[in-house]
Amino acid sequence: MHIAWGSLGVVFVVSFGAAVAVVVLVTVALVGLSSRVQPSSPDARPAAFSSSTGTALAAICLAAAAAIVLYGLWVIVSA
Amino acid sequence: MTVIVIAVIVTALMFDFTNGFHDTANAMATSIATGALRPKVAVVLAGVLNLIGAFLSVAVAKTISSGLVDEAKITPVVIFGGLVGAILWNLLTWLLGMPSSSSHALFGGLIGATWVAAGASAIKFASVVSKVLLPLVLSPIVAGIVALAATYFAYRIATRGEEGTITKGFRLSQIVSASMVALAHGTNDAQKTMGVITLTLITVGLLPADAGPPLWVIATCGLAIALGTSLGGWRIIQTMGKRISEIQSPQGFAAETSSAAVILTSAHLGFALSTTQVCTGAIFGAGAGRKLAGVRWGVAGRMALAWLLTLPSAAIVGALAAWVASAGTLGTIVVAVVAVAIAAGIYILSRRQPVNAENVNDVPEAAPVAVGV
Repeated sequence: MHIAWGSLGVVFVVSFGAAVAVVVLVTVALVGLSSRVQPSSPDARPAAFSSSTGTALAAICLAAAAAIVLYGLWVIVSA
Repeated sequence: MTVIVIAVIVTALMFDFTNGFHDTANAMATSIATGALRPKVAVVLAGVLNLIGAFLSVAVAKTISSGLVDEAKITPVVIFGGLVGAILWNLLTWLLGMPSSSSHALFGGLIGATWVAAGASAIKFASVVSKVLLPLVLSPIVAGIVALAATYFAYRIATRGEEGTITKGFRLSQIVSASMVALAHGTNDAQKTMGVITLTLITVGLLPADAGPPLWVIATCGLAIALGTSLGGWRIIQTMGKRISEIQSPQGFAAETSSAAVILTSAHLGFALSTTQVCTGAIFGAGAGRKLAGVRWGVAGRMALAWLLTLPSAAIVGALAAWVASAGTLGTIVVAVVAVAIAAGIYILSRRQPVNAENVNDVPEAAPVAVGV
């Protein structure tokens, strides 16, 4: 019996890369957006970024994540 | 149209319907569990996306059995028997709240029916291993590892953010990731039923040999799967959203993103994995990515058993149904009546402990089963 280990490997690497990239980008964007709100309690950790840096970072990360999602959508539609 | 052709079309649409409500959980279970979407909104959204998906894709399945049986031996009676086996197995696993692959149920039914109609030599057992058993084992492992890594990174990075923003952000993101899974599902699964009906119409000469599906076939298949999806297989949604692990919104997002990525790459880069097994594996991975002990591995064992039993069980029912139906019109009617009676019985049993949009998230906080038990 022939098992296409090569194409399984490609599927694994590509889906691993895409999923981790989207999740990391969205999470970083949310950390960036967190800098826009006041800490909920005085002893909460200070925001990781200044408000404007955080917002800019969030915008870039969300745009990148959206691009990956749109590519996924294109893959679905063009199939 | 003869009785058997009508019977095939009706049972194919019924299979499509069970396929829909069996698989709502794949896309929506974690969104419902984390509160990203209200239960009824989630299932209707999934239904609409499945309907859109049915019209989007033009690549209709050219083979019914994916080469698991000798396609030349497939007759309308075989297809009818196979569909009956698949429907009844889908209903039984729904009653038990088990996510099982609708494709594997269909393959099982067709294998059993072909065995009765044409003998064991018409079945390609090597293909069964490479196209059913292997994806069944590999899909949850691949998706589980991807989701585990994604969840791990999400939690590592998210500790630097503000909790309210993080939770709200992941819930919003989950709506996108769940929609991607639902859309991908619609483009794949509605196609299978369209393929079954189209090929049946071709075998009896109602369509030319290289015909695509007529519009009424596309529309009815899309509607059947969308209707099934938007009814919501609440029992399976509950199992996947609440009984595997206590899923939080970062995990839900990581699981759905991983499912979407694995489904899309496997469909387009040539190594077919099973959707249900991918989505289930992703939820296990996301559960383990936060806290290994937070996953109820006993549930995994029961699911693995249901997955292994899917093909042989559907095959036995499919074989019986094809055997009776091969007696002619009367046999076909007998099979249909018995199948409807069994389906009604399963439905009545399900009413004893109903699971619906209101109580889908009410699972008692059971102590997680220890690893290895």
